[in-house]
Amino acid sequence: MHIPDGFINAPVSIAAGAASLGALAASARRVSEELAERAAPLAGLVAAFVFAAQMLNFPVAAGTSGHLLGGVLAAVLVGPWTGAICIALVLFVQALVFADGGLSALGLNVVNMAVIGALGGYVVFRALRGALPRTRSGVVVASGVAAGISVVLAAIGFWVEYALGGTVGVDLGTVFGAMVGVHLLIGIGEGVITALTVGAVMSVRPDLVHGARDLVPSAAPARSGAPSGG
Amino acid sequence: MRTSRSTVGMFVIGGLLVALGLAVFASPYASSSPDGLERVAIDRGFAEAASDHALADSPLADYGVRGIDDPRLSTGLSGLVGVLITFGIGLVLFGLLRRSRELGRGGPSSRDGASASAPGASAPA
Repeated sequence: MHIPDGFINAPVSIAAGAASLGALAASARRVSEELAERAAPLAGLVAAFVFAAQMLNFPVAAGTSGHLLGGVLAAVLVGPWTGAICIALVLFVQALVFADGGLSALGLNVVNMAVIGALGGYVVFRALRGALPRTRSGVVVASGVAAGISVVLAAIGFWVEYALGGTVGVDLGTVFGAMVGVHLLIGIGEGVITALTVGAVMSVRPDLVHGARDLVPSAAPARSGAPSGG
Repeated sequence: MRTSRSTVGMFVIGGLLVALGLAVFASPYASSSPDGLERVAIDRGFAEAASDHALADSPLADYGVRGIDDPRLSTGLSGLVGVLITFGIGLVLFGLLRRSRELGRGGPSSRDGASASAPGASAPA
């Protein structure tokens, strides 16, 4: 899913860069509302975990692989705004240290995986939670399904970018079908990994799952936060 | 209070060990087939448009450590470095973003409490 340099022309890449900067700035302003005191290491952990998971390509069809994108996973664990910044951080490290994902395509990749993947995926997660029972299983199922959908939405994001600024003329209809088809398969893997991971954290520390706050009474009261030491 | 500093710390350390385990020991066995986008680009005829990465000669390019010939060791070590770099930057970045609110607004008694209030619960639009 990491777009290399050369696929998308300069104007569309620059526009995506501007859009991603705007979205990240808006997200950054909301981190302090979303992330509890003392929780900065938790957000760092989520980013590090997504980085690790993105190295684990799994086979989805003959000669094709996919890996976790992690947007919904991050958003459910630490909140959508913080989650979007986690994913953007992973993309920056990958592009700047590991030469994965083109430098000129960084904005495009942030749009697809952080903005659509984390922020958009979290909207899907909230909608699914509203339709499902208010239980821990409901959170896990909503996480998995939203994660799968978010991968297809990110793939469609790429298609829109290619339709606007693709450098090689191809039949857009077949590209759409191919992108959605293969990312439906990858989305199944994304959904399974996300559900397993959210389920694991829920079983150990449900109070640390942002998307399940309403189920954990001890996390709700505003007074519980103040540490004695400072 | 259950959510004391130390128990969050233990969770983070445990989670970091899991991430390191995945990046170091599992990543060498990951599929090396083209991913979904690469597959579509190959099949639909725009893969050739990709140009070389500007940093393709960097020491950790393509998730390997230059100079280490054993491919599994090379991949695993690059994963180790990547997880630690990402965690380290995240720690600093989110620490700063957490504090920026208090610095920016400087309201009375902004020292505590703000984090647990409502706005975070709403979905982004």
